[in-house]
Amino acid sequence: MVTQTILYILIVFVGTGGELCVSRAMKSIGEVTDFRPHAIARVVGRALALPRMWMGISLMAVAFFALLGMLSLAKVSFVFPSTALSYAVGALGGKLFLGERVTPQRWFGVLLVCVGVLLVFLGKN
Amino acid sequence: MTGSQGLHLKTVILIFIMISVAPLGDTFLGKGMKKIGGMSGWAPGDLFHFFFRAFTSGTVWIGIGLLLAYFVAYLLVLSWADYSYVQPASSASYVLIALLAHFVLRETISPLRWAGVAVICAGVFAVGQTHPQTQELP
Repeated sequence: MVTQTILYILIVFVGTGGELCVSRAMKSIGEVTDFRPHAIARVVGRALALPRMWMGISLMAVAFFALLGMLSLAKVSFVFPSTALSYAVGALGGKLFLGERVTPQRWFGVLLVCVGVLLVFLGKN
Repeated sequence: MTGSQGLHLKTVILIFIMISVAPLGDTFLGKGMKKIGGMSGWAPGDLFHFFFRAFTSGTVWIGIGLLLAYFVAYLLVLSWADYSYVQPASSASYVLIALLAHFVLRETISPLRWAGVAVICAGVFAVGQTHPQTQELP
């Protein structure tokens, strides 16, 4: 149980932390408007030169390893729906760290996700 | 076929690929990880053996391959379609994961968990209906 709790925290919080880092790195590059292969390669090259991008990739890698660990211990039908809590952590993180304006409708969606995750936990056994 | 119809068709095809390939990848990952057995501890040696077994499993690699295919389809579709159009469609994958877990992996899913999956889908869909950009880009 302790192992599963640690893995869950790594997936949801560390994984979302990684996504927030990647999101911040990509925002600092600016909107991509040219989708030709060489232009995309240039954007990827610029992204990979940012320390924040590597921080994000590292955190997401930790979360993926934790996901593999969790899948060895719990059911697929529990793991994926329960980790949807990332939507709530992401919305909160987006507001706190990226200065995003989370609209009431988005909060409502996040609230629904949280209720769904709660039901998934209650129906675990 | 007009340009608009062609665009619509390729968007639908890629979204269909996304919402079918990701749950399949997750199912393969789950099946592979169950086969190699649970994590035995947090000691570096235990972790090394655990991940060595994971990354030498063909089933796990099929899962990773499918998730990479999902990621490529996701990037491609986002190159022309709105994020707010693509993201709600991805909520369907939660139902597919549950169906695959039930019918392929033979997992028992309680009615409460089915209800949870449905509510999560509704929540992700509602998030997807909001505007994808709420701040000025630099």
